Amino acid sequence: MATRSLPILLLTLLGLLLANLMFGAVSIPFKQILDGLQIGSEHYFTVHEYRLPRTILAMLVGAMMALAGALVQGVIRNPLASPDVLGVSHGAGLAAVFYMSFFPNADISWLPAVALVGSLMAALMLWWLCGQHSSTIKMAITGVALAALYASCIDFLMLVKPLEINNALLWLTGSLWGRGWNQLSMLLPWLLLMPFALWLAKPLNLIHLGDDSAISLGIKANKLRLASLAIAVGLTASCVAICGPIGFLGLVAPHLTRKLVGGRHQILLPSTMLVGAILLLLADLAARTIDPPIELPAGIMTAIIGAPYFLWLLLRTK
Amino acid sequence: MSLSTHNLSVGYHDKAIVKQVDLSIPEGKIIALLGPNGCGKSTLLKAMARILSPMEGQVHWQGKNLHGISSKKLAQQLALLPQTQPIPEGIKVKDLVAYGRSPYTGFWGRINRDDQVIIDNVMTETGIIELADQLVSELSGGQRQRVWLAMTLAQDTPYLLLDEPTTYMDLSHQVELMHLLRKLNLQGKTIVTVLHDINQAARYCDYLIVMKQGEIVTQGMPESVLTETMLKDVFSLNAQIHQDPIAQTPMCVVE
Repeated sequence: MATRSLPILLLTLLGLLLANLMFGAVSIPFKQILDGLQIGSEHYFTVHEYRLPRTILAMLVGAMMALAGALVQGVIRNPLASPDVLGVSHGAGLAAVFYMSFFPNADISWLPAVALVGSLMAALMLWWLCGQHSSTIKMAITGVALAALYASCIDFLMLVKPLEINNALLWLTGSLWGRGWNQLSMLLPWLLLMPFALWLAKPLNLIHLGDDSAISLGIKANKLRLASLAIAVGLTASCVAICGPIGFLGLVAPHLTRKLVGGRHQILLPSTMLVGAILLLLADLAARTIDPPIELPAGIMTAIIGAPYFLWLLLRTK
Repeated sequence: MSLSTHNLSVGYHDKAIVKQVDLSIPEGKIIALLGPNGCGKSTLLKAMARILSPMEGQVHWQGKNLHGISSKKLAQQLALLPQTQPIPEGIKVKDLVAYGRSPYTGFWGRINRDDQVIIDNVMTETGIIELADQLVSELSGGQRQRVWLAMTLAQDTPYLLLDEPTTYMDLSHQVELMHLLRKLNLQGKTIVTVLHDINQAARYCDYLIVMKQGEIVTQGMPESVLTETMLKDVFSLNAQIHQDPIAQTPMCVVE
């Protein structure tokens, strides 16, 4: 099953990459996509400057958020956990809005670092409130409450600092609108976290068996937990800095993938990145083509699917 | 002695459950840890498996402090079967058993031919070979317990630490398990196991260690340990000791 899923996921991804280049406010036939990559062609601006970077960005952000979710679910051993449910995404968002509204003229390239500080603080806050041995339900509920708190702080900031409201509002719903090569280059260094995450595949399998078994099999459980969460926070912060918090992707993608390919992280981690990329490409494609030329934020599309999924998971958990 | 504790105190949240225990595990034997609920036998086992860090004293492996030895090296020497395990989602029986080979595999966890031979072997010995392609989450409690035991055996260590390995098993599987432990012991393994059934311990184990309130009350051969006074003192039981008509081992009958 696992071996059959991977090629199917790859083909789906390729198809969606193409669809994201072809469809939008204007449809461009397949033949002209390749021409669109050349300077001077009729569709150069639409394809090369607009749709291509945005498509690549959706693929990467989707993959990174899904990977972050899989890492968090892996070490917390809880399908309800993910960076956005735990408030890490909104923590990053709050820090970024704070930065944008108090330093409107500051360099935008600092945004990933600011978001990273915000998500780290959110993660520490959760750790401090819940402690190491708390139940997974307590952690999920505390995380949701914290996320709501950060969201209301964001709203407050936008009310007091109305000048920047348009910019921030668009950014906050989690959107790929207007993102181009600049944002893509900001994201690239963070891709280095991916090989580190894959390096953790084997110990993540073992921590899944409980701390006692994992330690008995030679794993340093606490170090692994710290490393995984740190990588997840880094991945989340860099994505949030560029697209805003795109809700539920980190929750749904790994969960769906586990159903498709099983729980071995050697196959789960790469597959969940594919699924995450597919979901966000799909969300952005839908966001751009439902009612052109008006665009919905991709984050709203993921929430429409993700929120019921989260509820279903919550109801299923005893 | 390869595995020993020295003035060991260990517990949870600053509360010592095991108190200043000095113990040497006799090599090459099957050893049962006995005692009433909450006496600290699981805690002692966990400390010997380095799951818990000592509050005071040390656990030694071949004369060295357990916590100073590389975790991967130690995982090739000591294996623990915990009392309770989470039910892993989306994991097949053969994958779970293969995880037992982790202390020998590289960073990506690839299984080579030698590993596969060991995995097939332990699955046959524990009678789960026909479950190989099923999901662990779909098994019964007793089946799952045997799968976890197989994973622990796949670790192929000279020392086995088992915390109530017969939990969830029906009687025939319990007997099978005790026979398997005997067989492994003949292959040279030292086995320390927490057991609830005193008669099972007396019949299949070479050495009994009895604990009460975090301390070791008595230890030795079943014939010398299993007495009416011990049962009264440790378990508050009025019982008689008779000889097992088949195995000739001591057997307690509650009055």
